[in-house]
Amino acid sequence: MLVYPKQGGIKIDILKWLGFKSKEDKSSKNVAKERLQFVLVQDRIKLTSDEMASMKKELIEVLTKYIDVDSRKIEMDVKREDDMTALVANFPLKGSR
Amino acid sequence: MAGKTIVVTSGKGGVGKTTSTANIGTALAMHDKKVCLIDADIGLRNLDVVMGLENRIVYDIVDVVENNCRMEQAMIRDKRYDGLFLLPAAQTRDKTSVTPYQMKELIEKLKEDMDYVIVDSPAGIEQGFKNAISGADRAVIITTPEVSAVRDADRIIGLLEAEGIHKPEVVINRIRVDMVEKGDMMGIEDMIEILAIELLGIVPEDEGIVVSTNRGEPIALNDKSKAGQAYRNIARRIMGEDLPIMKLEKEGFLSRFKKLVGLS
Repeated sequence: MLVYPKQGGIKIDILKWLGFKSKEDKSSKNVAKERLQFVLVQDRIKLTSDEMASMKKELIEVLTKYIDVDSRKIEMDVKREDDMTALVANFPLKGSR
Repeated sequence: MAGKTIVVTSGKGGVGKTTSTANIGTALAMHDKKVCLIDADIGLRNLDVVMGLENRIVYDIVDVVENNCRMEQAMIRDKRYDGLFLLPAAQTRDKTSVTPYQMKELIEKLKEDMDYVIVDSPAGIEQGFKNAISGADRAVIITTPEVSAVRDADRIIGLLEAEGIHKPEVVINRIRVDMVEKGDMMGIEDMIEILAIELLGIVPEDEGIVVSTNRGEPIALNDKSKAGQAYRNIARRIMGEDLPIMKLEKEGFLSRFKKLVGLS
């Protein structure tokens, strides 16, 4: 598993929190994209969304034993890169920017 | 002449596998390549009608496998190109009439005097699909900008990898620029990002496809059609040419669409 910071993540979250929605957010193509990404994660690693949620919960438990993770901002995705499929997780640290 | 075998597949039905097979094959033949198209959809034969060759069928692929005839007897020569052939599917048999091993053997033999053997896979992931991919050197996945088609394409990519057919390429079919511009259809960049796969080409939605299928004349023959141009481009890329992806922008929306598909 890879743990790496993602640039610009916080900025987007704040905009969403303030209720700003770009035109793209509402378009049906973005709905399609989001739904696809969600369903493909399940197809690719053969985990149900419940299993995925409990894995996420357990991972947070382990990580918070050692580091200060901002559990609200965790992103997990299953990506296909060249010849391998990888679980890519993004655990932002609290107070970091 | 040891040619290459390319399987055209999709998982989902109705995305344009047969139309794409007919057009890619025709476009390759236009470049003087020797091409044999195989209809692997046994029981639901269709490539013959798309090619306009339905009246010439005497023997089919099952006859060849069962030694009822020689391979050359079952191969139908195209009306327009001497180097283009069709090996039709059987209509009154089912998928189990041919095994993956038999298919592989047949393709190996066929490849000896063809530049390209193009296999039109049936929809689904069962035996018909397994037959179609056995013996393939390359795979072309056809999909459309719809959630269901992309999901199935992703599943097919996984199955192909598992069978040792690496780096499949995708053709995104039936793109509607007007809908992409309105944000109501996934664009090329969106789909490539999701599937993480090489793009072989895009084909715009084109009413001309219906007309050409009505007539049994592949649209690649029509030099006024955008879809025809798209298939001719795909064939050139298959032959190894490094050709930029066709631009589909409308006047005035140029920069916006370029941005959307990641061309600038």
